[in-house]
Amino acid sequence: MIVRAHAVSKRFGDHLAVHGLDLEVPRGLCFGLLGPNGAGKTTTLRMIYGVTRPSAGSISVFDLDIAQHARRVRARLGVTLQQNVLIEALSPIENLRVFGRYHVLREPALSQRIDELIDFLELGSHATRPVRTLSGGFQRRLAIGLSLMNRPQLLILDEPTTGLDPAVRLALWSRIRDLRASGATVLLTTHYMDEAQRLCDRVAIMSAGKVIAEGAPDQLIVTHLAPEAIELDCAPDDEAALFTGVPIPEHRVRIGRRLMLYVDDATALAKHLRSHDGGGRCMLVVRPTNLEDVFLTLTGTALEGGAA
Amino acid sequence: MSISPPHALAVWQRNAAMYRRTWMLNILPNFFEPVLYLAAMGIGVGNYISQMGGMSYIAFIAPGLVCVAAMNGASFEVTYNIFVRMTFEKAYDAMLTTPIEPQDILAGEVLWAITRASIYGGSFFIVITLFGLAPLPWALAAVPVIPLTGLLFAAIGMAFTLRLTSIDLFSFYFTLFLTPLFLFSDIFFPLKERLSGMWLWVAEVLPLLHPVRIARMAFRGEVGVVMVWDVAYLLIVSALLLAWAGKTVRRRLTN
Repeated sequence: MIVRAHAVSKRFGDHLAVHGLDLEVPRGLCFGLLGPNGAGKTTTLRMIYGVTRPSAGSISVFDLDIAQHARRVRARLGVTLQQNVLIEALSPIENLRVFGRYHVLREPALSQRIDELIDFLELGSHATRPVRTLSGGFQRRLAIGLSLMNRPQLLILDEPTTGLDPAVRLALWSRIRDLRASGATVLLTTHYMDEAQRLCDRVAIMSAGKVIAEGAPDQLIVTHLAPEAIELDCAPDDEAALFTGVPIPEHRVRIGRRLMLYVDDATALAKHLRSHDGGGRCMLVVRPTNLEDVFLTLTGTALEGGAA
Repeated sequence: MSISPPHALAVWQRNAAMYRRTWMLNILPNFFEPVLYLAAMGIGVGNYISQMGGMSYIAFIAPGLVCVAAMNGASFEVTYNIFVRMTFEKAYDAMLTTPIEPQDILAGEVLWAITRASIYGGSFFIVITLFGLAPLPWALAAVPVIPLTGLLFAAIGMAFTLRLTSIDLFSFYFTLFLTPLFLFSDIFFPLKERLSGMWLWVAEVLPLLHPVRIARMAFRGEVGVVMVWDVAYLLIVSALLLAWAGKTVRRRLTN
């Protein structure tokens, strides 16, 4: 295990941000921490790299107790914070140089590493312009570049693609996959379920400071819901009429007028609903169940019935 | 956890890298400021004062103003600039994702504040030398006072900043602490001619008094036992405040 957290809690005044968390991140995987804002994801990451001290419990990283060996641990990991912490007046190359010195890299290794990172993150065209003139996507790539400076064995990414456009997200995902393929362990937080599903080998869903479900994305879908989803518009009062003659599925989530039903095989039920919806007003869609559905079901967002 | 010199140096290098970008803009005011002081105080006010402390008024205030320049250089760094780095630029959050520890940040920032104090005070010294107000070679003995003043005011300002949660409160530090020091630390008039008895002893508490006294004695080519006390004050007060800061900085930068 690269990270091992046991019975970890963190209290800020009256607020219990993390509550009895157990977490194990195996070597070489991309591991996702999912959860709504305020679930304790960032606090958990901060405890893992040793800038927030747990109120209770213990955390080891690379089999070293982080409370005792923060310097040694941080020499082997990289962190991309939620908010970019770039020096805006300086260029990407200068930012990389400053950050390389934080890791006490010396010439010529420093310049060589900077060149590699500029290539890897395709920053070459803007490498000497002040960071403040760069687009959000460039800035984010540079922020990730900084955290790769020391060739980390563990890369921690706090919401790596929040606020980026789809093309930039795709490009970043591909870089993260490259890093994992080269042997690094990746631990990321996200509230984009598609990101988690495409990128993560394993995810832990957090809510109110606890891990409430953990596993491979596909396995979580099968365990908590069913492989196919039917989504339709339907007021609560109209449900009875719509479902006349068919059993109402066990797994269901409602958000306002939108009703989501999870079944092993959607064909028959979808056919029934279509023939009872009075002419396609329900905007019915059949699709594969995704992590978003699991997340909605488990975290109780707009939860109504279904598996809790 | 103890200080790691290479990591503290990396913190210093971050500030130096940013300063290199703007040094031309930053350093010019360092030369103008003393010229303005000397013009207003020396040529203006000084014209009505035949002499003070046995010399022209402008020569009397010159060594003290060197110390003030160093004080201001260090003070701005460890107050406003550190607060900006901590709160707005999140520089320390970035550093703490690397092997840098809070004590390294403290050491690097103090070192940088001393550097800025030396640039400020050094610029001032060069200007007054060009004006013929620093009698060479004696005045050169005052040069080590510049970084020492930087150290003292880095330590005092750092202790203040570590307790502070709002940038607005720095104006208190400047108007209620540094400004009175500036006015009452033997720079513009000799304290011992205006204060008597017990008050002269009380004045020894004022931090700026000590570098000013050393600098003035150096300018006059004098050596005295009191200089030992002044240097001891600078070193001991700095050491005590920095020791306290060293214990506090981890709590301020981590949680």
